[in-house]
Amino acid sequence: MKARVLVRPKAGILDPQGQAVERALPALGFEGVRNVHVGRLIELEVDDPSRLGEMCERLLANPLIEDYEVVLDGLDRATGEPGPA
Amino acid sequence: MRFGVVTFPGSCDDVDARLACARVGEAVRLWHADRDLDGVDAVVVPGGFSYGDYLRPGAIARFAPIMDEVIAFAEGGGLVMGICNGFQVLCEAGLLPGALLPNTGLRFLCRQVGLEVVRSDTPFTTACPPGAVLSIPVKHTTGRYHVPPEMLAELEARNQVVLRYAAGANPNGSVADIAGVVNEAGNVFGLMPHPEHAVDALTGSTDGLCLFASIRDTFTRATA
Repeated sequence: MKARVLVRPKAGILDPQGQAVERALPALGFEGVRNVHVGRLIELEVDDPSRLGEMCERLLANPLIEDYEVVLDGLDRATGEPGPA
Repeated sequence: MRFGVVTFPGSCDDVDARLACARVGEAVRLWHADRDLDGVDAVVVPGGFSYGDYLRPGAIARFAPIMDEVIAFAEGGGLVMGICNGFQVLCEAGLLPGALLPNTGLRFLCRQVGLEVVRSDTPFTTACPPGAVLSIPVKHTTGRYHVPPEMLAELEARNQVVLRYAAGANPNGSVADIAGVVNEAGNVFGLMPHPEHAVDALTGSTDGLCLFASIRDTFTRATA
């Protein structure tokens, strides 16, 4: 099964990368942008998606500084139900 | 005594670390894929970009075969010092508390910094003059030491902070100016600055030598 793991800086931890991007956008004329955070996208194919949580905890993310979210392909992110193809 | 200095693919300060160790004892190379520590008396995990810093600095290196041995050695009370990327590896391995984040200024920093020796009673600092401010270089992009507030309070309460950046000299935004910490047992030490680059007057400072000398003295006392 195809899956995506979204890794982001934990809320409340200073994210200078996000801040730099947030400052750069108005310089290009893109006003009205707030709360920019830069994270990581990891795409993978797994036989057993039930092990993804453990993979995140042990390697894909550092839970002390990062939050992660597992998205299984073909499933709607919000509901977990099959989404539009 | 014999120091073992780990070399991962992408390590780049391992040679300087061996040369620094060789000023106070013997130094041998430990290869990342090996499964024994060659009987060394202390381990140094050096700086560099182990496994290309892929994913996060230290995230892959912590699963290298040699790290199983380093973890067992540390759990048995052996002295382990991680420098820069080595500090990141020890944090990822769970041997030290906390994590290293990108510098607040996002720039790669390479400069001499002042380091306050908070504790001169650890195995890694006994040879440092009490109250000393050491002049040692930093060179890193991911050096902002972070622990959540409740962990910071515990660290401070247990006196695990060994080195702080001198007042006004915090180069990377580290919490509480922390530059180096020990584990709860006091036998594992990590620091972002590079003492191995400050062992010869030719490069401006010999202040880093006292950390290596402390390890030798501690080991010598323990086996006397």
